[in-house]
Amino acid sequence: MSLKAVHILFISLSILLAFGFAAWEIKGYTVSGDVLQLLLGLFSLVAGVGLIVYGVKFLRKLKHVSLI
Amino acid sequence: MEIPYTATARPDTGLFNAKLGVWMFLASEVMLFGALFSTYVLLRVGAPSWPHGYEILNIPLATLNTVILISSSVTMVMSWASLMMKEFKKYKMYMGLTILLALGFLIVKGFEYGAKFSHGLYPSESTFLAIYFTLTGLHGLHVIGGIIVNTYFWGPGSKMWHTDPQRFTNRVEVAGLYWHFVDLVWIFLFPVMYLL
Repeated sequence: MSLKAVHILFISLSILLAFGFAAWEIKGYTVSGDVLQLLLGLFSLVAGVGLIVYGVKFLRKLKHVSLI
Repeated sequence: MEIPYTATARPDTGLFNAKLGVWMFLASEVMLFGALFSTYVLLRVGAPSWPHGYEILNIPLATLNTVILISSSVTMVMSWASLMMKEFKKYKMYMGLTILLALGFLIVKGFEYGAKFSHGLYPSESTFLAIYFTLTGLHGLHVIGGIIVNTYFWGPGSKMWHTDPQRFTNRVEVAGLYWHFVDLVWIFLFPVMYLL
């Protein structure tokens, strides 16, 4: 398994973490009303979308590199 | 005598020596962290009460550290990709950034630990804090290990690029695999320790 394959796995898990954390923080904000939680949740949402865009660009850039 | 398969892959495994070696090492690392995560789960389910991580730990600082480590994995893979595209200057820049981000992670962790100690929160205080310091401390040691290896490849070790570029590219890939493992551990540590 090459670094490319491991990086794809890592970015996929990071995307899951970003959206999961965003949901956790926004849910927390609805209970506590803490603005910092809302900001962290929104930041995490944007980061998740950013990671998806990055992941697609990364795959296109290194499409000639083997996954092994 | 020249050692075979340092630059090219073995025909039977499809891997060069260092990649096979690092995967065997990472398998032992998975067992080490797996045992500690299992210990955490067993301690937690067996405890009459268990604190939520977010009640004790600093979520914004941990979020910052998560961003730092994800960014460092991106710069690490970019440094390897730069070598494959024969752009040595870009490699130096991306590897340098990876090292700086790793140092940034340790500085933030230092602030986090410092805040805990200033409040009298030591590993001996509770089972939660004991497993928290054990897991994050061991992870921190792995980050330090990564910094040492990456600094070598950024500095004196990079001379190999001028004599055996393929072997050097392979070395950086192997260092990248280790670095991704360290980052992956944090991706699991963050929700388990801080959010649950």
